[in-house]
Amino acid sequence: MPPDTALATAAALTTAVSTTPVSSSPSGPRVVAAVRLEGVTKVYGTGRETVAALDSISLEIEKGDFTCIVGASGCGKTTLLNLIAGLDEPTSGEIEVTGRTALMFQESALFPWLTAAGNVELALRLRGVGRRPRQARARELLELVHLGGFADKRPHELSGGMRQRVALARALAQDADVLLMDEPFGALDAITRDVLHDELERVWRQTGLTVVFVTHNVREAARLGDRIVLLASRPGRLAAEFNVDLARPRRIEDSGVTTLATEVTEHLRREVARHGRVH
Amino acid sequence: MAASTDTIPGAAATAAGALSDQQLATQLAGLDALDQAAHRQSASLARRAWRATWPKLAAIGLALFAWQVVVWSGWRPTYVLPGPITVLERFWQDLGEPETWRAVATTLRRAAVGFALAVAVGVTIGLAVSRFKSLRTAVGSLITGLQTMPSIAWFPLALLLFRLSEGAIMFVVVIGAAPSIANGLISGIDHVPPLLTRAGRVLGARGLTAYRHVIIPAALPTFLTGLKQGWAFAWRSLMAGELLVIIANQPSIGSRLQFEREFADSAGLMAVMLLILVIGVAVDAIAFSTVERTVRRRRGLAAS
Repeated sequence: MPPDTALATAAALTTAVSTTPVSSSPSGPRVVAAVRLEGVTKVYGTGRETVAALDSISLEIEKGDFTCIVGASGCGKTTLLNLIAGLDEPTSGEIEVTGRTALMFQESALFPWLTAAGNVELALRLRGVGRRPRQARARELLELVHLGGFADKRPHELSGGMRQRVALARALAQDADVLLMDEPFGALDAITRDVLHDELERVWRQTGLTVVFVTHNVREAARLGDRIVLLASRPGRLAAEFNVDLARPRRIEDSGVTTLATEVTEHLRREVARHGRVH
Repeated sequence: MAASTDTIPGAAATAAGALSDQQLATQLAGLDALDQAAHRQSASLARRAWRATWPKLAAIGLALFAWQVVVWSGWRPTYVLPGPITVLERFWQDLGEPETWRAVATTLRRAAVGFALAVAVGVTIGLAVSRFKSLRTAVGSLITGLQTMPSIAWFPLALLLFRLSEGAIMFVVVIGAAPSIANGLISGIDHVPPLLTRAGRVLGARGLTAYRHVIIPAALPTFLTGLKQGWAFAWRSLMAGELLVIIANQPSIGSRLQFEREFADSAGLMAVMLLILVIGVAVDAIAFSTVERTVRRRRGLAAS
């Protein structure tokens, strides 16, 4: 290929990328799965005292997708995230993750001896980023979550919502491809949670991350997800899947969100009732 | 893919009812401002200093008064039990003598060296025990046992091992202080919230890196408490040691105490005791409590 043709092709590619909005809905062009689980089973304990946390879960999550995992207590949500994050090994089955993962918890899990900026910088430092670029990048990430003015505050000086935003900035500092979130807004008040939904959606849109978001709040799942995966409890098993075809950006009050949430809740209730009948 | 901050054009919020990024930023700023307003400015420095000082001054005054009352009661003649004014005068007079300062210098040097050794030994043992399970089973309770052993009980052995030398004093200081320091570190590491260790692992901190960036910093407040207790034990052991091991031409605080007793000079004896108390409290207040309080306040652990 002559050099000028190559240049032209490159230019055409650039144009194509900048004019076409990047689609992240499942209906978009098929890409490699960011996360692929096949027959994943996790059993805790040995001998007679075993507890099956997850039972043959097969799931494929596409790159750039926002997947919400919903379930009642004991559905193994946290176990599932731990497995995807590589913090734990499955008893059987296969897990494939393209790229790296970052994990956010229900509590911010910020290091109390470090400032907001220090927490973000530590994530960069552990990735081997040098001092100068580290400081600049930490500042950038805090500004991304609208906390540029709070870089020197320590976690205890921040509200729960602010801490979760610092935790988000810290997770983003890991430069991961897949962001795993374990009920990150579960402990927040309603208004803060609503605003953080908007904030998370914006960050996700800007970064193009693949997000796996675990929650027991069905409405939250309908508000945020491209897809909702419902897990049955004890042991955790795939119960149902919902594709969310609602336009973005959404609001939690949207009628579409409400309708979908009602439908998912129905499933969830039936699932929970099943356990009541057994005993 | 990179977590870049570039916005994707065309994807901005334009749908009806949706928030613009600007609106979102304003709402977030509003929530943050509402929360931050709750943190009130505390009282002025002078006021806080006074509030922290007056109870201490009152307690000291009360103790001196009680002492004076006992002297007034005539329970013992004043050459055996002098009053606080006599002792304070003698204390002041002693401070003017270079001999006193030589003694203080010797004792503080021993304290510093002994405590440093105790920290080295305590930290090594503490790290090893917290790291290896079998070691903990083997010596974990032994460390606490050592902590309760009076340091004076080690002296006969120390004298046999090191004779009348500084080595004997150091041996007892280290064995008195190291268990507290080791225990502080062990319980500090044991009580690191598992969530923080997990967060560290998620960020890629494993093995030694985890110790450096997560576990040791998280254990610091409890470790400092252990250091503080270790200092108290070291200082006590040192005084006991200096009373028993008197080296010629090396005046120390402990040896002065012994001489004053031999001369039956009660006022001098009590002036030396006062000096021991003052140094012990000063080191604790200046070195340990200040650091401990700063560390705790930074983490939002202190009440103030």
